[in-house]
Amino acid sequence: MNSDNIVGIDLGTTNSLVAFMQGDTPVVIPGDDGLNLVPSVVALDANNQPVIGNSARGYLIETPERAVYSIKRLMGRGVEDIQEELKLFPFRVADDMQPGEVLRIRLGDKTSTPPEISALILRQLKRNAERYFGGPVTKAVITVPAYFNDAQRQATKDAGRIAGLEVLRLVNEPTAASLAYGLDKKRNGIVAVYDLGGGTFDISILKLHDGIFEVIATNGDTHLGGDDIDNLLITIALDDIRGDLGLDLRRNAEAVQAIRKAVIEAKIALSSQPAVKLDIELPQGKRYQREITREQFEQLIQPIIDRTVGPCKQALKDANLKPEQIDEAVLVGGSTRIPKVRALVKELFHREPHTGLNPDEVVALGAAVQANILGGGSQATENMLLLDVTPLSLGIEVAGGVTDKIILRNSTIPASATQFYTTQIDGQANVAIHVLQGERELARDCRSLARFDLKGIPPMAAGIPRVEVKFLIDANGILHVSAREQRSGKEAEIQVQPSYGLTDEQVEGMILDSFDNAEEDFRRRQVIEARNESATILAALEKGKKSAAWGQLTTDEKKQIAKMEKALHAVSAEDDYQAIRKAIDALNQGTTRLAELMMDTAVSSALKGKTMDETDLGEGPTAPHPMAKAEFE
Amino acid sequence: MTKSSLTEINAKPLPQDTHTCWSCGDMRASHFCGSCGKVQPPAPVDYFTFFGLPPKLNLDVSTLEKDFYELSRKLHPDLNARAGIQEQEWSLEQSSLLNDAYRTLRDPIKRTQYLLHLEGIVLEEQSKSATEQARATGEVKKQIVPPDLLEEVFELNMHLEELRMNKKTGDDDPALFEEIGKAKLSLEAKHEALLHELRGYWTDWDTLIDRNHGSKAPAEERAKITAKMVDVLNRRNYIRNLVRDVNAALEV
Repeated sequence: MNSDNIVGIDLGTTNSLVAFMQGDTPVVIPGDDGLNLVPSVVALDANNQPVIGNSARGYLIETPERAVYSIKRLMGRGVEDIQEELKLFPFRVADDMQPGEVLRIRLGDKTSTPPEISALILRQLKRNAERYFGGPVTKAVITVPAYFNDAQRQATKDAGRIAGLEVLRLVNEPTAASLAYGLDKKRNGIVAVYDLGGGTFDISILKLHDGIFEVIATNGDTHLGGDDIDNLLITIALDDIRGDLGLDLRRNAEAVQAIRKAVIEAKIALSSQPAVKLDIELPQGKRYQREITREQFEQLIQPIIDRTVGPCKQALKDANLKPEQIDEAVLVGGSTRIPKVRALVKELFHREPHTGLNPDEVVALGAAVQANILGGGSQATENMLLLDVTPLSLGIEVAGGVTDKIILRNSTIPASATQFYTTQIDGQANVAIHVLQGERELARDCRSLARFDLKGIPPMAAGIPRVEVKFLIDANGILHVSAREQRSGKEAEIQVQPSYGLTDEQVEGMILDSFDNAEEDFRRRQVIEARNESATILAALEKGKKSAAWGQLTTDEKKQIAKMEKALHAVSAEDDYQAIRKAIDALNQGTTRLAELMMDTAVSSALKGKTMDETDLGEGPTAPHPMAKAEFE
Repeated sequence: MTKSSLTEINAKPLPQDTHTCWSCGDMRASHFCGSCGKVQPPAPVDYFTFFGLPPKLNLDVSTLEKDFYELSRKLHPDLNARAGIQEQEWSLEQSSLLNDAYRTLRDPIKRTQYLLHLEGIVLEEQSKSATEQARATGEVKKQIVPPDLLEEVFELNMHLEELRMNKKTGDDDPALFEEIGKAKLSLEAKHEALLHELRGYWTDWDTLIDRNHGSKAPAEERAKITAKMVDVLNRRNYIRNLVRDVNAALEV
C-alpha cells in the first residue's frame, strides 16, 4: 500500500465520488455497497449516529426531519441569501441563530453548519478509500463549481479539514473534467466544458496546448441545476393535487419527499422515453396519476435551461471567441443527459456536443488526475499542467460605496494586486478595508468577502503613511491578504472579519471529535485484522511443527522460530497493529525454509502415491503460509 | 478568506544575489535554478525584466506565450506541491508574478500603460469605477474632450438624448438609429487610427531604447515620446467610453 495515496473527490450537490489514479488510469472507488455514486444525503439514525449515502435515502421519506440533502447549496452562504432556497428545500434553519453567525441547520435534535454536514459525506468517501487501500487516506483534491466565490471555496476547504483531510487543492469542476477528457485525447485546441449538475452550472472555455490546460474564460450560476427542474415538477404536482384532489400537501414533508422521488424518476426516464406515467400514493388513500410527455417536459424546463445561455455567451465574449472557434463542446453533469439540454448546447456552439464521457464520474476522475499531478505525476500525467482562472473580479470599496476592481475576473491564478492606503486624520492608527467579489459597480451589489482593519500604523500626519496591501488569490481561488507600512517598514496587523464562514478556531473545534473518531475507528479495524492474520500464521506454524519437515531444521533455526513466535504472541496482545504486522512479516521470513521443506515432503509423498490429505501438509494448497506461494498442477 | 503568512515571508531577509540558486549555488538561476530546478525567491523586478525582456513596446506575443508556458511549468504551485513550505510560498509568489506580468504584457494597451507607470506617469482615471465614484461623491471628474471631436461628440450626445426620450415615449425613429449607427462607425474608425498612431510611438520608443544600448535614455527624450502616448491613450479612452455609451443606448 502506498501510504501517500492522494484521492480526488467530487463533492456534488446530488452525488459525491472518490477516485484515484491506478497506474495510468483514474478509477472511481466504490462504496461498501459496490456503487460508485454516494448520494450526498446525510441522516441521523435512531441512535443519533450519522448515516450517509444510499443508506440515508430511506430516511428522507421516513423521517425527513432527520435527513438533509443538497447541502452544497448552503455552503459559504448567509441566512439572508438563502431565503429563496428555504421556500424550495426542506432545510430547517436553527431557531437560535445570532446575527453574523455561520448558518446552522437542524438535523434531528442537533444543529450543524453546512461544512460539518459536508464533512460527514467527505468522511464517508475517505472511509471508502481507506477500505479500498487498506490504509489511512489523509490528503485529497476536492472539486468545486468554477463559479464558487471565496466564501463557498473556504467552506469546502473547511469541510475537508473537519473530515480529517488535508485539502491539497480545490479544483474547478469543469476544469477537472477537462483533465480527464484531455488525458486520453492528447489533442490541442479550444474546448468548451458545459457542466450542468444537480445544483450548479458552469461553463469553462479552455485552450489545450501540449499538456497545458489553460482556462481562458469561465462563467456560471451556482444555483442552477437538476434540483431546479425537480422543484418545478414538485410544485406542479402539488398544485395539481390541491386543485384536483383538494389535498394541500405542501407542509407534509413525507408526501413531498415521495413526490420528489417520483418526479426525479420521471425526469430520468424522459431522457430515453417519449412519455412517462406518474403514479404516487398519497395520504388519505388518494393517488396522484398523470402522464407527462417529453414535449410537455421540454416546454416546462425551457426557462430553466435557458438560464445557461447568458453565462455561455458571456464566457465566449470574455474569451474573445466565436462559437465556430470552439473545437469541441464537452458535456459534464447528470443534467446533460436531457436531450433538450444537448440540443441547446449544439445550438450554442454550432456543433454536436461530445458525449463520450460519463457525466457523473468525469469530474471525480479529473480530480484524481490533478491529485496525481500534485503527488509528483506519472507517465500518464507527465507535462500536464492546469492554469485556471478566478471566476469573479476582486474589488475594494472606495468612497461613495463604489467597487474598485483590482483583480479582474478570468485572470489566471495565482494572481495578485497591490494597493496603497494612507490615513485621513493626523495620528490615525487604523485603516478599514472592505473586500468585495463580483462584477457590479456598487459595493452593495457585490459579495462582501471580509472587512479588514489595518492596525498599528505608526502615528504620522494625515496622508503621510503609505500602507502597502497585497491581495493574492492562490491556486485554489482563495484570497490571502498581507500589509506593510512602507515608511516605517512596519508590518501592519490585519484583523480579518470574514463576512461568511468559520474562524480557524471554530474549524479546529469541529475537527477534533470527528477526526479523532475516524482515526480511532481506522486503527481499531487495523488491529482486529492484524490479530486475525497473526492467529492464522500461528496456527499454521503449529501444524508445521508436527510435520516431518520440522525435524529437518537445525536447532538454531528452531530456536529462532520459537523466539519470533513468542514475539508475535506478545505483540498480538497489544493494540499496535503496525508492531503486529512487523512480527508477522518476521515470522513469515523466518519460516521460509520450513515452508520449502514441507513442500518437498508434500511433493515426494505425492510421488510415492500418497494423496495430499495423507501428507502432513494440513489444509492443502489453500492453506495459508507457511505454504508460501506454492502452485500445484 | 484566510490571513496568509505572506506577511512573515516579507519580513524575512532574502538572499542578496538572486541569480545564484539558494539550493545548489548555480549562478544561472533567476526564477528557477537551471541546474537543480528549484524555485528561487522572487526578486522585486518589473514585468519586462521578469521575462528577460528590454523595456520595449513592440513585442512578439506568440514568443511571450511560449515563455509563459515554459516558466509556468517550473514555477506553478501544482508542480511544487511536494516542496518545502518556504519553496511553496516562493512558488506561489513567483507564479502570481508570472501571471500578472503575462496578463499585462500580452495586451497592447495594458503594456503601454505599464510602461508609462514605470516612467512614473499617473494616467488620468477613465475607468468606469472612477466615473461612478465621481458621480457618487459629486466631484467633477476631469473629462478631456479631444478638440477635434468636440463637434461630433456634441451632435452624438444630442442624438443619444433623443433616443432615450423616444424609448420613454415608445417612439421609433429609424433615421435616428441610422445617424447613431453612422457615428458609431466613425468612432470605431477613429479608434483604429489611434491604435495605429500608438504603434508609431512604440517604434519611436523602441528606437530610443536601442540607441542607448541598455543605459537609460535622456529624460527629456523619453518624456517627449511618453507624452504622445499619454495623449493617444486619453483620446482612446474617451472614444472607447463613447462607443460603450452608444452600444448601451442601441441595445433594446
